[in-house]
Amino acid sequence: MADISQDRIRNFCIIAHIDHGKSTLADRIIEMTGLLTSREMQAQVLDNMDLERERGITIKAQTVRTVYRAKDGQEYIFNLIDTPGHVDFNYEVSRSLAACDGAVLVVDAAQGVEAQTLANVYLALDHDLDVFPVINKIDLPSADPDRVADEIEDVIGIEAHDAPRISAKTGLNVEDVLEAIVTKLPAPKGDPNAPLAALIFDSVYDSYRGVIVFCRIKEGTVRRGTPIRMMATGACYDVVEVGYFGAGQFIPCDELSAGMVGYLTASIKNVKDTRVGDTITDRDDPCEKPLPGYKKVTPMVYCGMYPADSAKYPELRDALEKLQLNDASLFFEPETSVALGFGFRCGFLGLLHLEIIEERLEREYNLDLVTTAPSVVYRIHKTNGDVIDLTNPTNMPDPSEIDYMEEPVVSAEIMVTTEYVGAIMKLCQERRGTYLGMEYIESTRALLKYELPLNEIIYDFFDALKSRSRGYASFDYELKGYERSELVKLDILINREEVDALSFIVFADSAYERGRKMCEKLKGEIPRHLFEIPIQAAVGGKIIARETVKAVRKDVLAKCYGGDITRKKKLLEKQKEGKKRMRQIGNVEIPQKAFMSVLKLDEE
Amino acid sequence: MTGGNKTVQPKRMELYVHIPFCVKKCEYCDFLSFPCAEDDTQRRYVEKLIQEIVKMGYRYRKYTVSTIFVGGGTPSLIDSGLIVEIFDALRENFHIEPEAEITLEANPGTLTEQKLADYRRAGINRLSIGLQSTDESELKLLGRIHTYAEFLESYRMARAAGFENINVDLISGLPGQTEESWLKTLRAVTELEPEHISAYSLIIEEGTPFYEKYGDEAVNPAYPPIPDEDTDRRIYHLTKDVLKSCGYERYEISNYARPGYECRHNIGYWTNMPYLGLGLGASSYMEGRRFTDLESFEEYMSAPAGRHRNVRKLTEKDMWEEFFYVGLRMIRGVSLTEFEKRFGFFPARAFPGVMERFIRDGAAELVHGYFRLTDYGLDVSNYVLAHFLLEKEEFPSCRN
Repeated sequence: MADISQDRIRNFCIIAHIDHGKSTLADRIIEMTGLLTSREMQAQVLDNMDLERERGITIKAQTVRTVYRAKDGQEYIFNLIDTPGHVDFNYEVSRSLAACDGAVLVVDAAQGVEAQTLANVYLALDHDLDVFPVINKIDLPSADPDRVADEIEDVIGIEAHDAPRISAKTGLNVEDVLEAIVTKLPAPKGDPNAPLAALIFDSVYDSYRGVIVFCRIKEGTVRRGTPIRMMATGACYDVVEVGYFGAGQFIPCDELSAGMVGYLTASIKNVKDTRVGDTITDRDDPCEKPLPGYKKVTPMVYCGMYPADSAKYPELRDALEKLQLNDASLFFEPETSVALGFGFRCGFLGLLHLEIIEERLEREYNLDLVTTAPSVVYRIHKTNGDVIDLTNPTNMPDPSEIDYMEEPVVSAEIMVTTEYVGAIMKLCQERRGTYLGMEYIESTRALLKYELPLNEIIYDFFDALKSRSRGYASFDYELKGYERSELVKLDILINREEVDALSFIVFADSAYERGRKMCEKLKGEIPRHLFEIPIQAAVGGKIIARETVKAVRKDVLAKCYGGDITRKKKLLEKQKEGKKRMRQIGNVEIPQKAFMSVLKLDEE
Repeated sequence: MTGGNKTVQPKRMELYVHIPFCVKKCEYCDFLSFPCAEDDTQRRYVEKLIQEIVKMGYRYRKYTVSTIFVGGGTPSLIDSGLIVEIFDALRENFHIEPEAEITLEANPGTLTEQKLADYRRAGINRLSIGLQSTDESELKLLGRIHTYAEFLESYRMARAAGFENINVDLISGLPGQTEESWLKTLRAVTELEPEHISAYSLIIEEGTPFYEKYGDEAVNPAYPPIPDEDTDRRIYHLTKDVLKSCGYERYEISNYARPGYECRHNIGYWTNMPYLGLGLGASSYMEGRRFTDLESFEEYMSAPAGRHRNVRKLTEKDMWEEFFYVGLRMIRGVSLTEFEKRFGFFPARAFPGVMERFIRDGAAELVHGYFRLTDYGLDVSNYVLAHFLLEKEEFPSCRN
């Protein structure tokens, strides 16, 4: 294997808007290059977390190496690096792209260019990747490959009329894609004898071998025993094993040299030492400077996670620690809430990331969680000159100590058919968007550019976008920075007691509206008790909205016939079952899902 | 188990006998009963029942029987000769106390002078007559087989036959019911001066025709609406006040009696008295176990007599729970001293904060060592009682 020359290697990724068929094409390529027989193929080989398969999205990058015998009679090594497919993971995507030399752009023959198509192509071009397009799903009745080819040329500006027109689902013309990978994408470059510079683009934790680092060798060679150093974290290890990626397995080899993609292990106990984007070099013969593009990933969205059963706190901690082994972008630290007891403040790349972690904790670790409303990180400039990053609304200082506050803003691109432009502009205005411009992609579609506060889009913006455009709008964003804003903390009082876990930070002008909706929502969530329960929203101690949960009047099982106590007990138990997912706040029992109410304020 | 409780007296028990037949199913009824007019089926059932009586009588020969309750269905539907046979068998196989309270459930429209005379001969000393309402339209709505006039006739005949202890069953909270119509029913019934009145508040049970019409907020303008919560509660409270003014004391959630006429059988259920159920699907509580008879008629008829199902030996935790959620149906409440005597620790340790909380919320009170529900607590009794169920893992070591 070591004698494979660089010109017979292709390192590439597949980029696409969600649902345009990226994973299906990846499956087909793996299948057709003969590494796996059809029988061994599980649908979508690369997405191997259950959750990924269910949601149909890729969360963690996956990589596979296959061998293709091209029409020129030569065998080529294909390293296919699958990239995460969601804006939450943009940085991970960029590092995966940096490990490639080229990209296959998949565009749906019916839907054409979408927001993420553009975002991904620009990202690929930024990394100097050669991109060639593939028009997929031509078997669909609504497919219009000619129009889509025009669109790709017009909008993106890359040659598309000779693009393979395929159906990844049926395998039609996928052979053309394989040939195009050989002929249109460049071979890697790099000097195997130069000092080692390898880019980390992912890592997984294995309980036997420790962290398995996925890397692209840019320069030099790494083999068993090479003393390595991670240039950003400074962590040093000696390489135990190097190898490449079979389908779903790791295949050891003697060495990895410039141009190759593979993995290494070095008895690394903590995934934190192997940050995505960092450069691995040789301690004894280091490269001059690290590879460009490394960023320390910081969480964008925080929420509190509490075990429903407070006795499960240690289990939750262990589970988070285990998840963190594979996910360096997951942050957590202990916190306490008056309402919810002991738990953790957790930081995530975005709401999807949050949901994924939450679901994994519940499914894989069988934990029952109470999650508080997510919050972005606000920056508070205090009158004494201190600047603090606020990740938990409860910790907001007294308004008298605050000089001013800033909130994160993103620049967003929304692609939408022209008939919905009005509706989407209205939505963006409601969400405090600043209009930056609009471009017509073609006569029927437009690309809207807005600057939006992150806290207006993390909850339900995507859903609102879809519903107001009948599913036709697509959306992509990136963090732009912080901007000054008028923000207040909205407190919720239940039975006149402030419930810290329900506090959230809101744009001052929206406080009244949000407070009112929150009270309404909670009124529907909190069951009736033996006494009347006022629910109030307050800003700075001033009540701005109120609802009341009436007391129970009748709840009686008068009949109990023939001494059938067992049946009576069953009925009572059924009633009690509902109380299990409740939290006791003062005298009031609050269902756990109420803590997420703030997320659903805009539901009809 | 704890010590104490070493009585030398013979053990006492109650008997419940189930007759599952009726003329036709009422609209709200979810009891184990079905229409059956065939003499042959009824006779075969009674034969099977007698086999069970013989078998169980032997098994529980060390007990004396303090009360018997024949319920249904409509026990007065079947040939009174069969009832006499049942009682002959009971007397032959059980030690029935001379002062035993012996009740039979009857429905107007099925009683005759002959039947009543037979009941008296069988030793039945208490009748429970299902009236439900004096309002003809309400009776029709309920799907009852009788009119108010027929009830009056049955009641008169029962008195004439010598029954000195009669209960009348009523249901409040009926669709379309108002305080006025309910008051009329109460007035009419109290004028007859029965010794005992059961007044249940209608529960719409799943699987009944009523559920189709009124259940789960299935509001159909074709049917009169069920009274809203507030009206329902006013009606319920009205019942208590009106009956009290006529000399009836509420002693259980839905039961009222003139002093000395409280139904002993009913009270037994709520006060940890052993009872044996005989017949289709009947529930029992004997020697610390709860169990039921077979519930499928075909199975009951073909299986060996006295086969039981759902046998559950009560754990100590079950007994703590039952002490409260069963005992609190009695208006006088439960004696905390008795709990301490039976289980060896003060109950607040098993249910920390629970009693205090309901006292604070006005749903319960502590009177002379008895913890009992207030009027409001009775209104929301389910809510309260559910709090006396412990989690599986909640098995606090209450004893030192």
